[in-house]
Formats: sequence, C-alpha cells, structure tokens
Amino acid sequence: MSVRHALLALLSEGPKYGLQLRQEFEARTGEVWPLNVGQVYTTLQRLERDGFVASDGTADEGAQKNYQITAEGATELAQWLRTPPDLSSPPRDELVVKVLVALRVPGVDVHDVIQVHRRYLVELMQQWTRLKEDAARFDLTFALVVDAELFRLDSVIRWLDAADGRLKRAAIEPVPAPEFPMPKVRRRVGVQR
Amino acid sequence: MSVLELHSVSKVYGQGAAEVHALCEVSVSVDAGVMVAVMGASGSGKSTLLTIAGSLDDPTSGYVIVAGEQLAALSRNARAKLRRRSIGYVFQDYNLLAGLTAVENVALPLELDGVAARKAQATGLQTLDELGLGDRASSYPDQLSGGERQRVAIARAVVGDRRLLLADEPSGALDSASGEAVMRMMRTACRRGVAAVVVTHDAQLASWADRVVFLRDGQVIDQTAPPPSPESLLDAAPQPSPRS
Repeated sequence: MSVRHALLALLSEGPKYGLQLRQEFEARTGEVWPLNVGQVYTTLQRLERDGFVASDGTADEGAQKNYQITAEGATELAQWLRTPPDLSSPPRDELVVKVLVALRVPGVDVHDVIQVHRRYLVELMQQWTRLKEDAARFDLTFALVVDAELFRLDSVIRWLDAADGRLKRAAIEPVPAPEFPMPKVRRRVGVQR
Repeated sequence: MSVLELHSVSKVYGQGAAEVHALCEVSVSVDAGVMVAVMGASGSGKSTLLTIAGSLDDPTSGYVIVAGEQLAALSRNARAKLRRRSIGYVFQDYNLLAGLTAVENVALPLELDGVAARKAQATGLQTLDELGLGDRASSYPDQLSGGERQRVAIARAVVGDRRLLLADEPSGALDSASGEAVMRMMRTACRRGVAAVVVTHDAQLASWADRVVFLRDGQVIDQTAPPPSPESLLDAAPQPSPRS
C-alpha cells in the first residue's frame, strides 16, 4: 500500500490540510486501511522534500499547513498508476488500490488503467504458456508450476474484467446510497492485512 | 504474408434509434502461421468480427481480404468456393455429423468441394495423423470425448489447403486438460502454415496466441507486444518446496 501515492491522488483534487487528508484517505478506501495522523505528516514532509507537493510556507508553526500537488507530483502519480506491480508477491491488493485511486483522480480513465494492467498480465501469461508448450510436456513438476502461475494470473485478469464490468454498469445506473450503516466487517478485513 | 486482412471494418445493425454499432473501424491482419486471439467482454463485437472475417456476413463499411481475394469483389458463388476451400470454422459445440466417423467428418468438406471420396478420405486421414488423432479415425462422435470431438472439428477445419482457421471459444466447454490439448493442436495447425483467429473472453485460451487484440464496444483498444524470450520468466518462477 503506497500512502505517498494515495495522498498525491487526494491532493490532485485540490489543496488540502493534513487532517483533512487523513479523513479523506480513510473514507475513500472504504475504511479498510486505518492511518494515523503522524504517518500523514511524515509522508507529507517527504513528499515536500522530493518536490512532489508544496505547502503554504507562511503558516505559523503549530497552525495547519495547506498542501498542494506540484507538476512533478502529478507526473509521479500518473506513472505510479500505470506501473505494473511486482507479481512475484501477491499482486491483488496493489491492483485494487490502483483501481480505487484511478476512480478519484481527475482526468484519469479507470477503464484505461484497467486495460494497461490486463494487457501486462496477458503478456505474462503468453510467456508462461509458451514455456508450457515447449517444455512442460516432458516435466511434470515444471508443468504444475507453470499451471499455478497461469491460474494465479488468470484470477487477477478475471477480477479486472469483473471490475471493468461493474464500473460500466455503475456509470449507467449509479449505485444507491446505503439505507443503513455498512457492516463492520469491512474495517476488520483491512486490519488483518 | 497476410492470409486475413480487415481494413477499417465497421458493422451497424438496425436503423435510427435502434442502431447498434457492433464494430467501428476495425483493422486487423493475420499472417500465415500466426495465431491471433481477440479478447473482449460479451457484446464487444468478437463474434461479429469472426463472421465478417469468415465471409458469413458483410461489413457496413471497410473491406476484407482473405487469401489475397477481396471479398466484396467476388460473386456469391466465388465467395462460397472461397469459404469451402480456404476457410475453416470451429465452434464451441463441435458441429460434427453423428452418423459419420471422425475421418468421414474431416473428409466431408473436400467431398462437398468435388474431391473423389477415396482421395478425400486419404487426405482426411493424413490430416488426423499429422494432428495426432490418427488412432481415432474410425470412431463415431459419440465414442469420442468432448476434447477429441473438438480436435476432430479442428482437423476438419484445416483439411486440404485451408489457410484460415476461425474459432469461437473453441475450448469453452472443455476441462483445462482437454482445452490445452485443443490449443496445442491449433498451434500445430499454425506451424503447418495456417493463420488462426480465436475469439474468446478466456485469458488462458488467449495466452496460446502469438498476439492478443483487445476489443471494447466494437473498437480495437489495445494489443499485446511481441513477447520477450520466455526463459526470462524462469529466474522468477516459484520453486516447489523440497518437502512437498
């Protein structure tokens, strides 16, 4: 989970205060990733050091600083959204976050972001399948390993397909607001990670 | 050399308010010996693309070239002849004739095209042999598994001098082992020089293709790059535990 890029995504909507960023971060991620305010300010300081955000330097010490994204920060965010995650470790969480963030960043088409990742995964599957075609007929252990990789990648593509379809349907028929509080299980799922 | 070329092909169904743009300015070409997969969700235009590529329907605009012949310039009879001689179709539900053996099913398109029965059967048997199914030549469809039936259907689709193989979800009804056997056979057909187009929503099936084209709302939105050497994957491959 990249707090840096989540904060950049929130700032791409306009200038915000630190406390406001924390509240919006938790709200936007379905409250599954709790974030303490110290993490927010530490991350903002690093982002400012790297030139990705700027603060209004006139604020007195102790008063709330207002942060805004810089052009370099916007470029960094755009690159991160399109950078495939490291698939040698479980990839789905990072992909989920990228799709959730892409929904909120002005000027980003979430369907295009989904397609970038879908194509990358299919290209990986093509390489695995070519290995299976060439060698796996003669090596059972290798065939099992290749199958495991293919099914793992396939499951991620299926999730992307499902997300794509759900977002298209939601654009036509917006999801209604809940009539009762959402179940607490959403928060617990996040805490376990 | 391209066996199939679609140039700015569009297809519109209905008129006025009921107008549906099934394909919009689609351009795809497939060389001999190459398998292209067309991936997309339901309603993305995959099946429409296949029926137009196979000369079973006409585009509203744009044009199609199969084996060097522009379809729109051919008479109805010439198109039927091109379909019989140059194009093979594979569908999810096999479409074999129950009263004919495997080799008789495979030989049937040749016989319909005027080839003598004995010669057609010899060619059919040779095709089954080349594709690894020679031992099932005398079996009837109900004596074959689903995977074997589909492999017979592929042999029928590429028998003789057919140069273009069009397949609609060819392993959709099969388990993964049978589906893999079907796709291996399609790869073998491509190595013999056949150009293949497979439409599917299944990434595992599409991953057998040399190139994957992505369709969305009737438009080509993306395609895969030529893959790097697959050996590059091996360093990162998970290794089985020695204790398992």
